[in-house]
Amino acid sequence: MSKLTLTQAINAGLRKAMEDDPKVVLLGEDIGTLGGVFRVTDGLMKDFGSHRVIDTPLAESAIIGTAVGLAYRGYRPVCEIQFDGFIYPGFDQIVSQVAKLHVRTHGKVTMPLTIRVPFGGGIGSPEHHSESPEAYFVHTSGLRVISASNPQDAYTMLRQAIECDDPVLFFEPKRRYHSKGEVDLDADLSCAPAMGAARVVSAGTDATLVTYGPLVPTALDAAKAAADDGVSLEVIDLRSLSPIDYAPIVESVRRTGRLVVTHEASETLGLGAEIVAAVTERCFNYLEAAPVRVTGFDIPYPPSKLEKHHLPDLDRILDGVDRVLGRPNSLSGLEG
Amino acid sequence: MLDTSSDSGPQPGIHQIIAADGTLHADEVLSPFVADVNDDQLVQLYRDMVVIRRIDTEATALQRQGQLALWPPMLGQEASQIGSVRALEEDDFIFPTYRENGVAYCRGADLAGIMSTWRGTANTGWDPHEFNMATPQIIIGAQTLHATGYAMGLTMDGKESLAIAYLGDGATSQGDVHESMVFAASFQAPVIFFCQNNHWAISEPVGLQAHSPIAGRAPGYGIPSVRVDGNDVLAVLAATRWAGARARSGGGPSFIEAVTYRMGAHTTADDPTRYRGVTELEEWGAKDPIARVRALLTARGKLDAGREAEIAAQADAVAAELRAGCINLPDPDPMALFDNVYTGDHAILDRQRDHFARYLSGFAATESATTTLEGSRS
Repeated sequence: MSKLTLTQAINAGLRKAMEDDPKVVLLGEDIGTLGGVFRVTDGLMKDFGSHRVIDTPLAESAIIGTAVGLAYRGYRPVCEIQFDGFIYPGFDQIVSQVAKLHVRTHGKVTMPLTIRVPFGGGIGSPEHHSESPEAYFVHTSGLRVISASNPQDAYTMLRQAIECDDPVLFFEPKRRYHSKGEVDLDADLSCAPAMGAARVVSAGTDATLVTYGPLVPTALDAAKAAADDGVSLEVIDLRSLSPIDYAPIVESVRRTGRLVVTHEASETLGLGAEIVAAVTERCFNYLEAAPVRVTGFDIPYPPSKLEKHHLPDLDRILDGVDRVLGRPNSLSGLEG
Repeated sequence: MLDTSSDSGPQPGIHQIIAADGTLHADEVLSPFVADVNDDQLVQLYRDMVVIRRIDTEATALQRQGQLALWPPMLGQEASQIGSVRALEEDDFIFPTYRENGVAYCRGADLAGIMSTWRGTANTGWDPHEFNMATPQIIIGAQTLHATGYAMGLTMDGKESLAIAYLGDGATSQGDVHESMVFAASFQAPVIFFCQNNHWAISEPVGLQAHSPIAGRAPGYGIPSVRVDGNDVLAVLAATRWAGARARSGGGPSFIEAVTYRMGAHTTADDPTRYRGVTELEEWGAKDPIARVRALLTARGKLDAGREAEIAAQADAVAAELRAGCINLPDPDPMALFDNVYTGDHAILDRQRDHFARYLSGFAATESATTTLEGSRS
């Protein structure tokens, strides 16, 4: 086991994938000489050469579009989009081409792209550097979407994403890049949890709190704080956003009868909306209260001095927990 | 494309009027456009450059001191910013990148307002319609389309003004930039593409974006272009006037490549020592845009110690105003989160706003209860 930061774990995952498969190539802006603006690809160009770690011109559409061509040639491209808010010039290629080529060609062409996206807020950045665009991609059939919340998952899930024959959007919680954790670098992928599997990260009995990516540590903090208050929260890290692994969520909600979903992305048609709907369909008779969403507001990401009010934090999550438990909360006395 | 042969500059094909050593050289193409610039006006351009460099120094210091979240230095690009903006008329509309903070200052934008974007108190530091200048564009190249559309509107309205899009060498790889040149040419829009080739897109050298001079691309779209020394304020002023005259007379779009150098980091979050060497910095340091005008004006007896001190004092005063304005920017009210997302009501967002207000008032109630309790204890 090695103690690594999340960036180091992703770096190690990229390195392992490149060692294992000469068809793995990296494309992105500033990923070579600089090692990426977050240093995720640090040292890889030196060790694997500029033909496999490719500093691209500044054009996200071209990064994705040329990766499609490379995939046609049998490569397994790993694209880095520098910041979440820069992905939209590449959106057309992702939605119209990457997601559809397998079905369009009757399964003859695979698109084993991995698209790495540092996402989410909390780092005090200007516009376009703190967004949570994952729902657009979850909504797009043909893509798999995952998000790791800790170094071990980042290492394992990235390797699984690169091995996967489907295109995978890999959302990296950038404000957790420096969080450290033990990583088993020699773990056999065949023994690892499936890429699509959710995980119960804290067992509990009173309510189920579902989240992913950057809010997993916040949710765990909330569970600790709730425990001090005599409330037992079960926290589930989704890990995979498409497909969502409902089995552990349904099992949990059938025990707790109460569901809270939290994410940084906006509420309307966010992951929370889908999870609440699906869990309600599957657990209707078990629910003791209406499920609750605690999310970013339906606003463009605000200036950084306001982001602490926009992002769900410990207090807002606990307020949501109070709501689902019918305890006094910020909306007490409100109808609808 | 303009004739790019020139015997006056050290780099073939780059038009220049003031050489790096401060000597003047006639440029067959560009000099006529600045024939009217007298010594006093040159002092004014010098003053502008000194002031915006001082703005840059102060903002960089403020970032280091934790007063700004981020700052994109413009060190080394003062001639490109000043030469271009001083060629424009008030009703010409500017579409800048995030680095044109010197341009914003010259347009009259409030210093604290300019800082608000970088302090994180607001997305926008000025009213685009008040200053005929859009707000800093962070999405690389997107603004070139906006400038083109604005210029198309000017044509539709029968106006004689123009739009100018600032962009960098990195932006020339983006599809938006190429599409904007196609549209500008198709509709003969009165737009200037002002490309500051500062040699670096974060860590990527210009050679990765362009295998041949960037100015050479525009003619392929049917847009005349010129390549100028971007550290020569007169050459930049002349080139922008050339493009402006074309736009105002119905000549359509023009493209200017101002060859300059980003002496600082991409932003204060960047560490350029990881990707470029000191030799290059020294080479470009010797081509400083301000030093050459100082040498020229001094040689002409137009810049004595007294004048220098007076300009420095003005720059310091601007810096002091910037610092005070920045530090005194209030943190926005939390409820400002919901402002201006729509022009009118929006049922879902209004509901979220109401809920958040109730949520915040819960804290206020708790705090006041705590205060009362503590008060009663004392």
